[in-house]
Amino acid sequence: MLRSSLRQVSAALKEGRVTPTELCQRCLALIKSTKFLNAYITVTEETALKQAEESEKRRKRGQPLGILDGIPIAVKDNFNTAGIETTCASNMLKGYISPYNATVVQKLLDQGAVLLGKTNLDEFAMGSGSTDGVFGPVRNPWSYSKQYKEKSVPKSHSEDEEYNWVITGGSSGGSAAAVSSFTCFAALGSDTGGSTRNPAAHCGVVGLKPTYGLISRHGLIPLVNSMDVPGILTRCVDDAAVLLGSLAGHDPKDSTTIQDDFKPFELPDLPDVSKLSIGIPKEYHAPGLSSEILSLWSKAADLFKNAGAKVVEVSLPHTRYSIVCYHVLCTAEVASNMARFDGLEYGHRSDVKDSTESMYAATRREGFNDVVRGRILSGNYFLLKQNYEKYFVKAQKVRRLIANDFGKVFGSGVDILLTPTTLSDAVPYTEFIQEDNRTRSAQDDILTQAANMAGLPAINVPTALSERGLPVGLQFIGRSFQEKQLLTVAKWFEKQVQFPVIQLEEAERHDNGVFQHQKSASFS
Amino acid sequence: MAAVLAMVARGCGGVWRRLRQRCAVRPGSGPFPRGERAVACNARGGMMSAGKSGLTPWIPVVGLEIHAQISSNSKLFSGSQVQFAAPPNSLVSFFDASLPGTLPVLNRRCVEAAVMTGLALNCHINKKSLFDRKHYFYADLPAGYQITQQRVPIAVNGSLSYSLCIDNKMSQMVTKTVRIKQIQLEQDSGKSLHDDARSQTLVDLNRAGVGLMELVMEPDMCCGEEAAAAVRELQLILQTLGSSQAVMAEGQLRVDANVSVHHPGEPYGVRTEVKNINSIRFLAKAVDYEIQRQIEELGNGGTISNETRAFDSKLGCTVPMRDKEGKQDYRFMPEPNLPPLILYDAKSLPANMNHQQVINIDWIRERLPDLPSVKREKLVEQYGILPEHSFTLLNEDGLPEFFENVVKQTQMKPKKVIGWILNDLLSYLKQHSLTVKESPVSSFLLADLLNLLEKKEISSTAAKQVLAELWKGKGKTPLETVKEQKLELLQDQKELEQICQAVIDGQENEVMAIKAGNQKVLNKLIGLVQKKTQGRSNPVLVKQLLEKKLSE
Repeated sequence: MLRSSLRQVSAALKEGRVTPTELCQRCLALIKSTKFLNAYITVTEETALKQAEESEKRRKRGQPLGILDGIPIAVKDNFNTAGIETTCASNMLKGYISPYNATVVQKLLDQGAVLLGKTNLDEFAMGSGSTDGVFGPVRNPWSYSKQYKEKSVPKSHSEDEEYNWVITGGSSGGSAAAVSSFTCFAALGSDTGGSTRNPAAHCGVVGLKPTYGLISRHGLIPLVNSMDVPGILTRCVDDAAVLLGSLAGHDPKDSTTIQDDFKPFELPDLPDVSKLSIGIPKEYHAPGLSSEILSLWSKAADLFKNAGAKVVEVSLPHTRYSIVCYHVLCTAEVASNMARFDGLEYGHRSDVKDSTESMYAATRREGFNDVVRGRILSGNYFLLKQNYEKYFVKAQKVRRLIANDFGKVFGSGVDILLTPTTLSDAVPYTEFIQEDNRTRSAQDDILTQAANMAGLPAINVPTALSERGLPVGLQFIGRSFQEKQLLTVAKWFEKQVQFPVIQLEEAERHDNGVFQHQKSASFS
Repeated sequence: MAAVLAMVARGCGGVWRRLRQRCAVRPGSGPFPRGERAVACNARGGMMSAGKSGLTPWIPVVGLEIHAQISSNSKLFSGSQVQFAAPPNSLVSFFDASLPGTLPVLNRRCVEAAVMTGLALNCHINKKSLFDRKHYFYADLPAGYQITQQRVPIAVNGSLSYSLCIDNKMSQMVTKTVRIKQIQLEQDSGKSLHDDARSQTLVDLNRAGVGLMELVMEPDMCCGEEAAAAVRELQLILQTLGSSQAVMAEGQLRVDANVSVHHPGEPYGVRTEVKNINSIRFLAKAVDYEIQRQIEELGNGGTISNETRAFDSKLGCTVPMRDKEGKQDYRFMPEPNLPPLILYDAKSLPANMNHQQVINIDWIRERLPDLPSVKREKLVEQYGILPEHSFTLLNEDGLPEFFENVVKQTQMKPKKVIGWILNDLLSYLKQHSLTVKESPVSSFLLADLLNLLEKKEISSTAAKQVLAELWKGKGKTPLETVKEQKLELLQDQKELEQICQAVIDGQENEVMAIKAGNQKVLNKLIGLVQKKTQGRSNPVLVKQLLEKKLSE
């Protein structure tokens, strides 16, 4: 049951095979027994059970609010949730309780979803490992899977688990781990440079970054306003389409959302890709790309070719400048966005009281980690009057060139781009922290951030297991606001690759196995 | 060389001491009482003589930066109400307090107000303007940045015409023009209250996020009087448009003055910025003080530094402000949460656009009310009143309408009505610090009274008596008052003749003088008759009767 897809469990709820309360209780129990993953910062047991109870009443009356009514979900802890702590995994907001719900959270609640808790992340979403938050790193559920355990060299048993666990990727690692370990049926992440797709790839789940402006950012604590999008993490592409349908659309509280009505869609059962043109951008054959992933990428291209699609090599010539420009634009907006955390209205306030300025300084030193402070510092440097033209304006110009690259390729008849999502599979934590956050982010966002620079929709689809028994995903990038086409292709691909289900002892123990047959159906 | 330097230094300090002493000794009157002024502002040329020394004259240059609070129900980017003097922090939305995750949503009304103002000031309206963030840390700026329009403001290249009188004579007015560089939309900050005793700062965010129009006036003015006249005209325009209430005392209109002086033919001098000016009268004082200070400073061999000074209204002088840690780098950045602000005109308006979503410049232009200058011209033309009277009328909110209402309801000629409005009504209101709206005498009552006068039912003396009674606001009509106090003109010719005779009989000396040819004395007799009749006699008739009797 817990391992089925959102659509399946919704059907089970509808048919009364399970009640929202039962479902909620089971998820909560699994969250407890997988606590070691550190996927959740806050578990909202009490309110979740209340919401489940309400849902149950509606279901009994035969008046559910829709497909999401009674479905347990999780939300990354950088979305505001009224009455529930919103920390951004930072000392700055530890204990901060927002008075309002982010628009996406409100939409989920309005449709009857049951909020289980807030998921872990890198502090203020700045990172690519979900290792740099004040609540500690998130552990990738696959570290504890039968598949990984079998393949990784067995040392002594205790050492094995303590030293070999791998990171989730980030920054939405908590959400990816939550979906991957079956503690919820869908989760919200955020995606600024790859923060949804990267952990999705490492955790073997679907991670959708919609087009910029399609989903409201109101209530998402920003990293880079001009690139942030709420991300969707689910077990399968169909579920991502369901979530997208319930979240997308104009929000009067976010002036950057598009005015046009969004029509929710269902994906065809038998998608056809034979008339499509799939672009393979050669620049994504980046230095450091593992040979394993390269060969998977190539096999994927062959799958399309064999299905009758046109597969063409394309060039996005400015790709190699993208990550440095992303760095300049990102830190500049970070410097600006973080200015509000001064300890006056909310959040942490230092005890230093010598002057207002010294209070600000101490508050920000105590409240932010090195990563955040470092980005603020470089961002302010780029925005200085004497540097503005040289860095910020130049980076914006290159950003335009990058967007134009995509425009040209799509203009030439290419429908969808196929690329790797990450350079390699997830690395063990002990290895990951050998490099600093900046270096890691530059490596890990390399294949994902260009879509954010151009505002395009992109999705990670779990593809196969690596030699070490860890998930590897591929990325599809589509035209602006052409989510339906993107998801259709992703669904077709998902069907072809038949990505294996994670074999997790804890999940198996909690699941009653009644719907085993349906579980397998969701991944075939 | 050493001697010169020492002298310069001494001279510099000397001036300062003297200025400060004057400030301290003559509070309120300003450091340069009229008689003592070494130079005077000259509205015609703007050149200032260097006083008795007869050296090269100085040319003062004055530019203004004005912040006008937009009159709107809600704030520039949030739905919070805008209200003056509400309880602290009672008008603060999540966005105003910069809670994480909140986003700005532009208020249409504020944009319309800025477009209206731009059009009224002959500006070019930019069909695409942009918003930027200006960063600095301050307790009453919760986001750590202000959203403003640094790169492309909503309106540019305008002008403002204003009039001022020469040598304080109302009859000699000149019209001048100051160029408007730009109008930009931006957020107001909150207010900080520093409690020094407890060494804490209290922050009120009611004002945080209220819409402002920043108007930048080019340095086209040369004295305090010009600056004051320009601001007064701007204030009237904003109030006419309704784009700002523009009450300086309530901070809805804030004026900073940039002042410098230079010799003719030389480049502009180093300028200072004078802040903390909260009335038009103080603006004139502050600017003139600063010009004078700079001239004296330079005349004594000193230099002017590019600094911010505050006007101290009690002392009537400007003093250096504590600088905020030297030069600030505001690290401007485009506001990523607001798309470019696009305005349309009749030509560019897309056919299928929802009208709620667009602002049409032409539509606003067609609906602009008459501006004060046009209103004045119309008043002069329509009613034949003097131009200076039209200025006085326009200076009071509601007075032109009051005047026109009286004119409509009376047979008295407008030229005569204006006297009653300006001399009687206005001076009474001023005396009692009342606005036109608060006047106890309505236009209807005043017209009623003037009709009695016009129909010669009462004398003008009696009319003033009635008016004095009407001010008390007891709800009586002029006619009732006339009857109660028996102020009707004596209609009985015989009675009047008898009174005249009695006066003549009692004033032998005066009668002798008149008969000897001194006609002026006749006025005294007329006055005596008026006195006897308690102002109820028609002076013209009395004069006729007296002349007739004296010639008998």
